[in-house]
Amino acid sequence: MAQHKVNYLADGGAPIALTTVDKLVNWGRSNSLWPLTYGLACCAIEMMATGASRYDFDRFGTIFRASPRQADVIVIAGTLTKKHAEFMRRLYDQMPDPKWVISMGSCANTGGMFNTYATVQGADRIVPVDIYLPGCAPRPETLQYALMMLQKKIRRESIFRANKKKRLV
Amino acid sequence: MRKYTSKTDVQAKSYYNDRFYVTPTLPRSKASDDEVYSKDIEALSAKFEISENYVENKELVIYIQPDKNVEVLTYLKEELEYDMCMELSAVDYIASRGGFEIFYEMLSMSKHRRMRVKTFIRQKQPLESIINVFKMASWSEREMYDMYGVKVVNHPNMKRILMPDDWYDYPLRKTYPLTGDEAASWYEVDKIFGKEARDIIGPEIRDCAAIDRYDTERFSRLGHEVPFGTDITDGKEPEHTPLAYQEEGGVRFIKKLNEEDSVTIKERR
Repeated sequence: MAQHKVNYLADGGAPIALTTVDKLVNWGRSNSLWPLTYGLACCAIEMMATGASRYDFDRFGTIFRASPRQADVIVIAGTLTKKHAEFMRRLYDQMPDPKWVISMGSCANTGGMFNTYATVQGADRIVPVDIYLPGCAPRPETLQYALMMLQKKIRRESIFRANKKKRLV
Repeated sequence: MRKYTSKTDVQAKSYYNDRFYVTPTLPRSKASDDEVYSKDIEALSAKFEISENYVENKELVIYIQPDKNVEVLTYLKEELEYDMCMELSAVDYIASRGGFEIFYEMLSMSKHRRMRVKTFIRQKQPLESIINVFKMASWSEREMYDMYGVKVVNHPNMKRILMPDDWYDYPLRKTYPLTGDEAASWYEVDKIFGKEARDIIGPEIRDCAAIDRYDTERFSRLGHEVPFGTDITDGKEPEHTPLAYQEEGGVRFIKKLNEEDSVTIKERR
């Protein structure tokens, strides 16, 4: 023990933080959200801008990973074509649990202006989506806000609850 | 320019009308008016059967027999100095004439001239590949097969180029609906989850503007967040809901944003 006297009641309290395991784990999860380096169309340019120095995703502990095995969140940034849908689903399946999905931009949300035969009319037909992000293309601030919303959502989750399937398929 | 028509009460009429189907036409002149083209036509007519020719938009258009396409293009390349094939594709005339019009856009770098070689094939008539004359035909002919279903023979790698290999039907045919047929609308569901998942996922929602502002389970509004699943119908909507970037209790070690302390800057710093 230190020889000098510390008045814990006066000097900001004891060096002990009491919390729950939920909060501790969710604090870690929500502040190290690693997205997959995965861009589909013009929204990916905005996603890159969000990751770059001016908007700086690293502040949120969000670092793009080049492998789905290391990623927690996948940002569907752009038009999802029907040809590409199975590859997108495969990447999602390769990610370890727990995993989250941000659908970025109008095309990923609903198909957007591509009301055509070749475009998936909403990425939620393929994967369960946590955050729908409007815009065409969304500004980097919008993606930041979506990420903060996702962090908020993660902090509300309980780690002890059995991992509930968001959707059957 | 199209003839002026009165625009009063146009919305009472159906949305689609014939004004979208008027093909714009350009004046045509004879090939003999141009010195270079007249020589080309003369040389071509001596060897091949040219059913029609004219100059449109400073570009010579000739119609050839479909089984002579390789010979004509070889002759154009080696004798008449049309050394580049810029583009080739098909035009769907199945409804009116029962086949496709194939066109090859040629460019002569030495003569500074362009020529469009056209030919007509019936719907299931095979077309000889020109890949041995022009390498660019490799992808263009695959695209022509992919989009129109034109059967090109003697191509080394004849398969679809843009659409998936198991795609049904040919999307650029005029009979193909823009939003896709039955097979197209279920394509990704069938491929990933199997046909039995169709009932769970449901048909495509083609109205991308479908929004229910009172549905707080599927929609939320920026700056006016209400908790998930709150009933806000019939005046239950809160007048002001604070901007919340973090949960109410705050997070340990992370500073909570207080809305009162935040500043809206007037101009860019």
